[in-house]
Amino acid sequence: MMLKYFSYSVVVVWLLMACAGFFIGDHANNVVLSQFLAPPSTQTFLSSQALGADELGRPVLERLILGAQTSLFVAIGVVFFSAIIGTTIGIYSGYMGGLTDKVITKIIDVFLAFPGLLLAIALAAILGPGIENVVFALVVVGWVGYARLARAQTLSLRHREHILAARSLGVSTPLMLYRHVLPLILAPLGVEATFGIAGAVISEAGLSFLGLGVQPPDASWGSMIKEGTRYLLMAPHLVLAPGIALMLVVLAVNLIGDQWRDYLDVKSRSSNTRK
Amino acid sequence: MISYFFRLLGSVIFISWVVGTLVFFLIHLVPGDPVAVMLGDWASPADETALREQLGLHLPITTQYWHYISGIFQLDLGQSLFFHQPVSELIAERFPMTLQLALMALIIATLISFPLGLWAALRAGKWPDHLSMTISLIGVSIPNFWLGPMLILFFSLGLAWLPVSGAEQPFSWVLPAVTLGTALAAILARMLRASLLEVLHEDYIRTAQAKGLPSRLVYGKHALLNALLPVVTILGLQLGTLLGGAVITEVVFDWPGLGQLLVESIQRRDYPVVQGCILVISVAYITINALTELAYGWLDPRIRVAK
Repeated sequence: MMLKYFSYSVVVVWLLMACAGFFIGDHANNVVLSQFLAPPSTQTFLSSQALGADELGRPVLERLILGAQTSLFVAIGVVFFSAIIGTTIGIYSGYMGGLTDKVITKIIDVFLAFPGLLLAIALAAILGPGIENVVFALVVVGWVGYARLARAQTLSLRHREHILAARSLGVSTPLMLYRHVLPLILAPLGVEATFGIAGAVISEAGLSFLGLGVQPPDASWGSMIKEGTRYLLMAPHLVLAPGIALMLVVLAVNLIGDQWRDYLDVKSRSSNTRK
Repeated sequence: MISYFFRLLGSVIFISWVVGTLVFFLIHLVPGDPVAVMLGDWASPADETALREQLGLHLPITTQYWHYISGIFQLDLGQSLFFHQPVSELIAERFPMTLQLALMALIIATLISFPLGLWAALRAGKWPDHLSMTISLIGVSIPNFWLGPMLILFFSLGLAWLPVSGAEQPFSWVLPAVTLGTALAAILARMLRASLLEVLHEDYIRTAQAKGLPSRLVYGKHALLNALLPVVTILGLQLGTLLGGAVITEVVFDWPGLGQLLVESIQRRDYPVVQGCILVISVAYITINALTELAYGWLDPRIRVAK
């Protein structure tokens, strides 16, 4: 129960931080060299310097907030587009069957046979850095999971009686998929999307860490960690702050995904080995 | 068994070809001229023409594709623009380092996850279970590019037990391998727990207990061996993922492997090397997955007979 409150409150804080980002704007990029690597201190507890300053004297707290905005933007973009594209392809493939299904399954297999992070790195490297390219690269990697899941779920629904009834009434394929198949497979897709958010947040930070994501002066938790590692001994707060933020968000989202999955999985709910 | 092996080999070659083609067209069909990107804004047209000819980019795209694909099968991946050395030589130098790192990470992950998963499954629903599953959830959620610097801060800078980076000193591999292996250890522990819990409810376990076998044999022989099957599959799939994850870990620890070469070559816009690294890592990944499938058949006689 505690975990539940913990995970939802972390996500709420994350959302609030991303909203607060709009009020900070360019102030977070102001270089104040007198504040060079200033450590967090209790005197600055309620100011923008609460978490200290980085190697250009920029307030870490404000950059953390802008980083939250970046990660949320990427997470929403990636999950939205990959879920829509993947689900559409998966449902269509599973429902049509035959040659269409065979070809699409082969394509899915090829994508699955390719290490995802590497493909994203390759794409980001070729397209050049930038937040839109990060989203694009992660969507190219991410749609496969939704497609595979949607296909498998649709296959199990294909011969249900309400589908046969709708088909015999002459319902068109798009309407059939949208009205009669999609609602029944939304729950597992939602769980997949939750884990997808955690994955997108980590991947964005990873790409930015490698210098392939968000470019300076824009802030990302990944690039903050990258820049901070150079001052690890003098100013560990530069790495600690974005790292803890990143870990808490990913942990919280994974926990929520776990909870939803357990809730939907009637089999494990009835057995008392899992809570 | 032999026909099964050849079918796997065929699919490895097929997917490698697809990956090669994909990488080729990614680099050639993406908007923007690679030569202009490589040389920057101030290059003279003569330099651009020279580089284009050196790379063979003046040829028609079908000819380029043919050269590239036939090159791959002769292990010729082109010339590095930065090192002026064949790409295959560079990769041959670096690949063993990446493989070593991945294997060490795999061993560490196995050593951590087995006790953790077993402990959780045998005390399911009690505090050891909750504790080890919380540890593993944290393990899954820690990004390796943050865990790495934290381990450096604690063990290298703080306690001065282990070297900060590089691969020259005898224990240089420890921190990179732990960093890379942590997420895998967490996933394996959860898999093993779930898989053991399922097996422990089987009738043959009850039979084994009823005929008075010591619990060491019941758990060690009957339960663990059967629970291992799904874990082995994950292990194989994850070894491939380790090769991908090694890219970031190698950058964190300045480990002279393939991943570091890839990232540096991206920054230097050394596209032949980028192409080569991606191809080699992908083919390694695909091959490992195929080998896992073979191992699966070897572990489970039911699958072997069915094939």
